[in-house]
Amino acid sequence: MSQLVDRRLSGKNRSAVNRQRFLRRFKTQIRKAAAEAVSGRKVADLERGEKISIPSKDLSEPTFHHGPGGRRNIVLPGNREFVSGDRVDRPEGGAGGGGSGGSPDGEGMDDFVFELSKEEFLEYFFQDLALPDLVKKQLAAVPEVKRARAGFVSQGNPSNLHVVRSMKQAIGRRLAMGAGPHEALRDAENQLAELEALGLGTGAEADALREEIAALKARIAAVPFLDTWDLRYAHRVDQPTPSSQAVMFCLLDVSGSMDENRKNIAKRFFMLLYLFLTKNYERIDVVFIRHHTVAKEVDEEEFFASRESGGTVVSSALELMYEIILARYPSASWNIYTAQASDGDNWDDDSPRCRELLMQKILPLVQHFAYVEIEAEEPQSLWHHYAQVKAMSPRFAMQRILTLEDIYPVFRELFQKKAA
Amino acid sequence: METDRAIAPPAPVRQPISEGSEWTFELIETYDREIARVAAHYGLDTYPNQIEIISSEQMIDAYSSVGMPVGYHHWSYGKHFLSTQKSYKRGQMGLAYEIVINSSPCIAYLMEENTMTMQALVIAHAAYGHNSFFKGNYLFRTWTDAEGILDYLVFARNFIAACEQRHGEEAVEELLDSCHALMNLGVDRYKRPARLSMAKEQVRQAEREAYLQSQVNDLWRTLPSRQEDARARQAARFPAEPQENLLYFIEKHAPRLEPWQREIVRIVRKIAQYFYPQRQTQVMNEGWATFWHYTLLNHLYEEGRLTDGFMMEFLQSHTNVVYQPPYHARFYNGLNPYALGFALFSDLRRICEHPTEEDRRWFPDLAGSDWVKSLDFAMRNFKDESFVAQYLSPKLIRDFKLFAMVDDDRDDQLEVAAIHDDAGYRAVRRQLAEHYNLGNREPNIQVYAVDVFGDRSLTLRHTMHDRRPLGDSTPEMLRHAARLWGYPVRIESQDEDGTVLPVGECAPPM
Repeated sequence: MSQLVDRRLSGKNRSAVNRQRFLRRFKTQIRKAAAEAVSGRKVADLERGEKISIPSKDLSEPTFHHGPGGRRNIVLPGNREFVSGDRVDRPEGGAGGGGSGGSPDGEGMDDFVFELSKEEFLEYFFQDLALPDLVKKQLAAVPEVKRARAGFVSQGNPSNLHVVRSMKQAIGRRLAMGAGPHEALRDAENQLAELEALGLGTGAEADALREEIAALKARIAAVPFLDTWDLRYAHRVDQPTPSSQAVMFCLLDVSGSMDENRKNIAKRFFMLLYLFLTKNYERIDVVFIRHHTVAKEVDEEEFFASRESGGTVVSSALELMYEIILARYPSASWNIYTAQASDGDNWDDDSPRCRELLMQKILPLVQHFAYVEIEAEEPQSLWHHYAQVKAMSPRFAMQRILTLEDIYPVFRELFQKKAA
Repeated sequence: METDRAIAPPAPVRQPISEGSEWTFELIETYDREIARVAAHYGLDTYPNQIEIISSEQMIDAYSSVGMPVGYHHWSYGKHFLSTQKSYKRGQMGLAYEIVINSSPCIAYLMEENTMTMQALVIAHAAYGHNSFFKGNYLFRTWTDAEGILDYLVFARNFIAACEQRHGEEAVEELLDSCHALMNLGVDRYKRPARLSMAKEQVRQAEREAYLQSQVNDLWRTLPSRQEDARARQAARFPAEPQENLLYFIEKHAPRLEPWQREIVRIVRKIAQYFYPQRQTQVMNEGWATFWHYTLLNHLYEEGRLTDGFMMEFLQSHTNVVYQPPYHARFYNGLNPYALGFALFSDLRRICEHPTEEDRRWFPDLAGSDWVKSLDFAMRNFKDESFVAQYLSPKLIRDFKLFAMVDDDRDDQLEVAAIHDDAGYRAVRRQLAEHYNLGNREPNIQVYAVDVFGDRSLTLRHTMHDRRPLGDSTPEMLRHAARLWGYPVRIESQDEDGTVLPVGECAPPM
């Protein structure tokens, strides 16, 4: 007789360990594939895993097998036109008849393709990255907690004693403990009153009743007013608060010289920064500021949408950002990150002003300020002035990006984990 | 269909076991009981069955660990899991058919997504078809111990996990990589292996560890003293005869392995040995199981226990499984073992029941004999190679339109050696049987010599068959062999004239 076993609920994910082993073993290849995958993605695509392909020869499991050559006999099904003695040309590339006798695992040069989950993908992506000065508020290490009420408990610290609750408890207990004696007392008193009404108030029976009444009264009086088990204490627990919050400012130049391609590159750069922040902070606000000669705070749609014509005044964006920080994001409770993308064009008079603004007002407030210059033929005046800022402040980083593929390395360089 | 063996006249009223396609545990039990009854009627002798209901993910899992219900951890299983999962998700592959290994009790898996029909099909196929093959076939009887295997796998997993803790995952992984690569050279083809059992294995493992280490080192202590002449050196050839089991040789004689490493080599070798009969009987095993699920379910249908809808679904699935595309089809991928095996057993039954004049000439002993007995005999006493050589009938060769080609690199064209005609039957049959000879499919490589007095290098000798050279994986394979041996490993090829040519050499990683 067969035994029937339902195994569906046991041993789920049994191969998780083997999967981890596989990922670990090929981490170099996977990381490379992940880096390539990023340059081909859209913003909306970031919430999913990634298809990774690795050349299968890198992960082959070799066995001894025959190479081409020598004499081999092949038996094939489905003969159509041959009779014995026929001679046919050798098919190219093993098509048709060459198929049999090969190794069962297939030796094609196809890639081995598999899916990384979103988490795994990001893990690879961010493996050795960390934003600078992340420790400022010790966010990663010590999560902030808030004391929150969580009902009442019967044991606790005297300072947490809850008087009203304790009294309520005492009343209930006194009622419960006194109910029996009170009833007995009432009965006894009634009986005594009856006896007295009959004129027997001095007899032995009445004396017994009086004694009983006295005993009951003493017993009622002995019920303590407040007992230790009446005491109730307010209970408080530590609740982690999502105080690890960050705001990210995206500054984008939308002047006439920023074409679609440049904006695309900028977009990806912002995207990556955003993703990185989501890994490290529980709450992130994003502020989009676009500017040409004037700056304006916009939503994401508009941010990437259109292109204005005309010149560029970078300082307008910096000023607007400063105002927003003062109004909405006090730096005591917010980690502020800024990513600025531009093609480097700026009015000549404006660049020194930008430098001033950064040094005096903005950099003291922010965790990090990253500037990328996209597809600029050669460094413009803004670059030179920013270079001076960079020399002065460790919180400032700048890079030039030429093609889509440059983003990832640049991103890594910008946020390279700093030694200690 | 049932002439001489029908137990009951066809039931006047159909009383199907179930109508719908949903399965329940009660229904599975009922079907299993019915199938068991019919199987017993045909004399199928099986191990006790354990039928397990699993999810598709668990099925993929079972696939990727070659059906071993308990496996140690290794990245290659993760890789197989990923690729199976991918093709399953894309719908390129149904997981309906069984996974079953020869253990006792014999564990068969049913996937929860399947319909009642498919569950019944898998029960008939795996729990009675494969199961009786495992119990009856001579290779499995002599080479494997169905009762010991589960315990041994548990032992292996625990031992390897303990090694990972003590020596680090990477060290164990490297070792396993090399062992897996040489797995096909880790089987005894002629010597009979000892039986395995958990308790014995554990006791013996400790003893072996201590003893072996001293033995191995002894090998290197037998350096002859200087005054001995060259003749003595010549005589001290080691090994005295070429050895076919490379992993066994490494386990016993590799000079630099730690005891735990020897034990892991042994585990891989034992598992390879365990699966060796499966590799030798693929066509027979699948053919036998397919033949029986077909026969058992048809029998139940004739008794009126199955509905027409059931049969339609079953036959559709069955037909897909036994389809053999012709060689010129785009999706041709070699001979389908299910198709060939099923055809062989069905044809065998036909020869017994309704022999033609041709059959009487080719199979005088079979024609007209009791088909159940003849099939049982065939199942018990053959492997793919000998089975094809014995039973492939001219009719089958015609049905499959089989033909034999010769691909000789000295000839700029392929030659059709034989086709499905009177002159060609025997040649086609011989070639096909050769095709299933594992000894021809894999290069014949043996341990030839160890340079005991010199650099301690190990020489492997590849004996060429039909002038076929070694493939391009050889350098990498030598690296694996050298990692295990600990000293340089060479490989040479001996062609049919006896000329020996060096092929490659690899020093161990430092």
